[in-house]
Parts: sequence; structure tokens; C-alpha cells
Amino acid sequence: MGTITQSVDAQSAQAKPGSSLLSIREVSKSFGKNLVLRRISLEVAEGEFLTILGESGSGKTTLLRIIAGFENADSGEIVMSGERLDLLPPYRRRVNTVFQNYALFPHLNVRDNIGYGLSVTKLPKSEIASRVEQALAMVKMQTYANSKPAQISGGQQQRVALARALVNRPGLLLLDEPLSALDANLRRQMQVELKSLQHEVGISFVFVTHDQEEAMVMSERIALLRMGDLEQVASPREIYNRPATAYCAQFIGHTNLLRGEVKDGVARCNALSWRTGLRDGLGLFSLRPENIRPAVGAAAQGMVRFRGKIKNQAFHGATELLQVECTDGLLLFVRTSSQGNWRDEMELEFAAADAVPVRESHEAS
Amino acid sequence: MFSRSYRAAITLPPLLWVTVFLLVPYAIVFFYSFWSVSPGQAIVHSWTLNNYCELLRVGVYLQTLFRSMWIAARVMILSLLLGYPLAYHLSFHAGKRKELFYQLVIIPLWVSYLVRAYAWKTILGSDGVLNTLLQYVHLTSHPWNFLLYSPFAVVLTLTHIYTPFAFLPIYASLEHIPRDLVEASNDLGAPPLQTFWRVILPLSIPGVVAGATFAFVLSLGDFLAPLLLGGPSGIMISNIVVSLFGAAYNWPLGAAISFCMLLLVVGLLFLSERLERKWAFR
Repeated sequence: MGTITQSVDAQSAQAKPGSSLLSIREVSKSFGKNLVLRRISLEVAEGEFLTILGESGSGKTTLLRIIAGFENADSGEIVMSGERLDLLPPYRRRVNTVFQNYALFPHLNVRDNIGYGLSVTKLPKSEIASRVEQALAMVKMQTYANSKPAQISGGQQQRVALARALVNRPGLLLLDEPLSALDANLRRQMQVELKSLQHEVGISFVFVTHDQEEAMVMSERIALLRMGDLEQVASPREIYNRPATAYCAQFIGHTNLLRGEVKDGVARCNALSWRTGLRDGLGLFSLRPENIRPAVGAAAQGMVRFRGKIKNQAFHGATELLQVECTDGLLLFVRTSSQGNWRDEMELEFAAADAVPVRESHEAS
Repeated sequence: MFSRSYRAAITLPPLLWVTVFLLVPYAIVFFYSFWSVSPGQAIVHSWTLNNYCELLRVGVYLQTLFRSMWIAARVMILSLLLGYPLAYHLSFHAGKRKELFYQLVIIPLWVSYLVRAYAWKTILGSDGVLNTLLQYVHLTSHPWNFLLYSPFAVVLTLTHIYTPFAFLPIYASLEHIPRDLVEASNDLGAPPLQTFWRVILPLSIPGVVAGATFAFVLSLGDFLAPLLLGGPSGIMISNIVVSLFGAAYNWPLGAAISFCMLLLVVGLLFLSERLERKWAFR
């Protein structure tokens, strides 16, 4: 286990600078014999956009439902603004949820759906009305105020669901894959809208998704969940550049995983070798395909050179993904700009610093 | 998609069934209602509105019709009061016992109607289970005779028999409510009771309307329960129809009453359909 990854982990598990709004402490949950969450600890900062990213079955939705109060954790606690949140019923939590299928009330029109949360409170009618109108304006749905949910499109329902949650001015907004039902174009548009809306209202968002690209585009921090364990909590940039585990490296973007032996500060993987800070033993490294380039001139300090033959070529528009076979048979992915001047066989290099040591991800149990 | 002959082959039998066993009998009843009976007890095939005038003129017919409607209304309300909480509990809180409870509601439907009506006779009679018990615990010294042979007995029995019919559509409509709507309501700050009034109840109205219609229409036309348990004060309109077609041998008048009942029921079904549609949102 690398010392570098450990220090990165310790740093990123903390919330970003600023006061912590929500802290999840050692939360575990199982359904029957199935352990869904294993001692999850996570901080959400005031005004932060945090994404819980994971494949289906990773426990991400369960974690969200525990925060909302629809499920009870088996152990652990959740504290919001210094108060135990997990002891309150859902209707007493200052947390609102945007559901995956929006869960708009089919018998109420758009205005009454948005006003539902406020109408439960004892606020004066006039104030409720004006806040509902503001919320309608915020999501540009004034003209549809009297429509029933069945009469508006998916994207519009999405907006209403957002307004219905935000109009209550919750301390925290939970979003359960809210964009997954939309088609690709609308989805990209809503990503931008959602992000700017969050900026505008300044409320912390906890966003659940299985789409790593969506997580990268939208979040300030990503909590990557795998089979009930947090693999890494960090900014998208950090997760991409400094993945903590092999799973993180593979799940977010493309990577080459190099498994090698470390001895006296030198890692060796087939014919390749480079300097590393790891202790002696087996080492696992992530090397992003775009960090491998054609070698030019004399070898510089800290660069690793090798000969490779192009086996496969996949065109991705702006870039191309090549599969390169090294002289010793090792296969590596190399990402290049499409205009690059590539021969079938050539000298390649990468910087030793770009081979990031990662922890093994434990196998599926 | 399907050939003409195939479509004809599958639509013809039900069409024939409906025609022979429903439309033709209704037509016969309709025609009979405009005929009359001669003093010599023969059907006179000449058109007259006398039967309908008779129906309005002789107080007992309308009185009995109103009593029948009043009994049916009470049965409807009681079936809803029993059926709704049962359906709600089963749908939302029964958990793993859902199937079991559901079967427990359904099984009585397999028992003959007659057996269930007779069962109430042995419970409510002056030597019945209930009176024996009441005397045993010294709540009363004489058996309560008003229990049996009264509208009360009819309402009780019909409620017992038709509650499952009210329960089933309510249960179905509750089962169709997406559970995330209930969660959304809680999430937005509404405690369970408010969630019930503002989300669950409105969304189950179609089931309630269907259940109420079943209970009311089926009770309205019932003649066995009043016959067995109603006594003179518990006579319902169907008993009159039965006697007009039987002992009294006045088929035309019986047909006129039947036809009025048919119109009433069709009107109710139409109204219920409208209501259900008004409250359906998907």
C-alpha cells in the first residue's frame, strides 16, 4: 500500500474548506444477508455539489435514502448542522429530494405540486403564493402552472420536481439520478441548468448517478462508491489524476493498469522500469493513455522509453485510441490527437511521475 | 394483423351470448312492461302505460324502492368503512402477511351466498348465538327479537357478503399508487396523516367509486337476504318483483318495475364511470 495514496485519501475525506453541513459517520446497512453499505463516513460542505458515483448495486441510492429518512441505517449516525438527523422522521428533516421518476403528484397541477411542501407549514397564504410564483419563475414554468404532470414533458417535469424541492429552502437537496430518464441532448442541457441553479441558490446538492461523465462535469467533489465501500472522495480532477485505487482509475476515464515489482525504489513491469516512492513488493500503477507520447530527441530525466507496434486504432473524433504492443508483448492504450503522425512501429515514452501508484480494489465478495 | 374470419370467429360467440342471454331478455321485459293481464289471468298484448302509472300510484312500490335504496346505501357506507381500512392496511402495512390477509378476504367468496345468509339467521335468531350469549352474560333477560327479521339483519348480512366486493377495487387502486409519491409527500414535510388525506385518498378515489358502486348495485337488487332475514319490515324491491312474477301472476307490472330498476342501475353505472374517469390521472 502506497504512502502517497494514503495521504491523498486522508486529505480528501475531509470536506472542502468551509463549514461542514452534513456528516455521515460510520453508517452501515444491510438488507438481509446482503451488506449494502460498510461503515461509510462522508462530509458534505455548506453550498457544495457532491456526487455519489457508483454502478448499480454499489449502495449509492441506499445511502441517499438513509439521508432522506426512507431507510434506517443499521449503525452509525448522521449529523446535520450539529443535530442528529437520523433520529428524525423524513417529514421533520430539512432535506428535500428530487426523485428519479420525479414522483410528481398526478392529481395536483404544477402550481400545487410546487406549493405542496409549503402548504404543510403554517406560513401565511400570501407568502406561500409569492414563493411558489418565484419558484415557478426560477424554473421557467409559469405558463404551465395549471397543467397536470401528465400534460408536460419529461424535462418540464424535471424542472417542476426541482422547484418543488427547492421552494422549501432545504438545508440540503438530494437528487436521485434525476437526469437518467432524459434523452442525451436534454440531459446535457439539464446538467448545465442544474449546475447554474445550484450556484444561484447556494444550497448543498448531493447528487447520485452511475454516469461518470455526468459526475465529472457537475461535481465539486465525487464520492466513488463500490459494493458498499467508499473507494475515493475527491475532486473530479484529483480522482482522474490521482486515483486512489485500481477501480477508481478504471471507472473514471480510460487507463492502463501496470502491475509490477518494486525493488529499491524502482518499479519493474515487463521490460519497463521507473523510479517510484513505493516500498519494496508488488506495486500497481495507473498510467493514463494520453500520458504516453511519441519519443522525440534524447531521453530526458524521469522519462520511460519503449518501442511499440500499433495493433488497433479506434477513432473518437478529436482523439484516437491506439492499442500498442510493446516488444515484450505488453499491451498499452495510447490516446493521441487524431492529426498525430504515427507510424506502425515507433519509439514511445511516458513520464515516471504519470505512473500513479494505486491500491488494489478488493474483488467482488 | 388477424384475418377477417379469425376476428369473426373470436367476436361471434360473445356477441351471440350477449344477444341471446341479455339483449333479448331485456327486450322481452321491456315489451311485457307495456302489456297487461286480463281478469282471467291471460296476458293482453295491447300497448298501455298502466303498469307505470300503477307503479307511481300505489304507495308500496315506491316506498319499497326507497327502502331498498336506503338499505343499499347503508350497506355501501358500511362496506366502504370496513373495506377501505382493510385494503389500506393490507396494501401499506401488512408486509409479508399481505398474501395471507388477501386470501382471507377472498375465501369467504367461495362459500355459498345461501350458507352465509343462513349463518346470520342462526346468529341473530331469538335462540341464536348472539341472544344466547347476551342472556348468558345477563345483558338482557329476554332475547332481543329485533335482531332478526328486520332491515338491520338485512343490512348486516349484505354488508358481510358485499364488503369483499368493495374491498377488491379499493385494494387494487391502492396497490397502483407509486410508493415514491408517499415518500415524496413525507419528504416535503407532510406527516403520515396528511399524506393520507392529500395523496393516498385522492388517488384511491376511482377504487372507492368502483367499490361503492358494486356494494350499492348488488345490494339494491338482492332478494335472498330480505327473504330469509328481512321479515315484513325488511322487504326489498326484488322481493316484490319475484312475487309479481310468481304468486301474484302479474308479469307486466313485474316487468315495469324491473325495467325501472334496470334504468336506475344503468344510470348509476354511468355516473360511477364518469366519476372514476374524473379521478383517474394516468
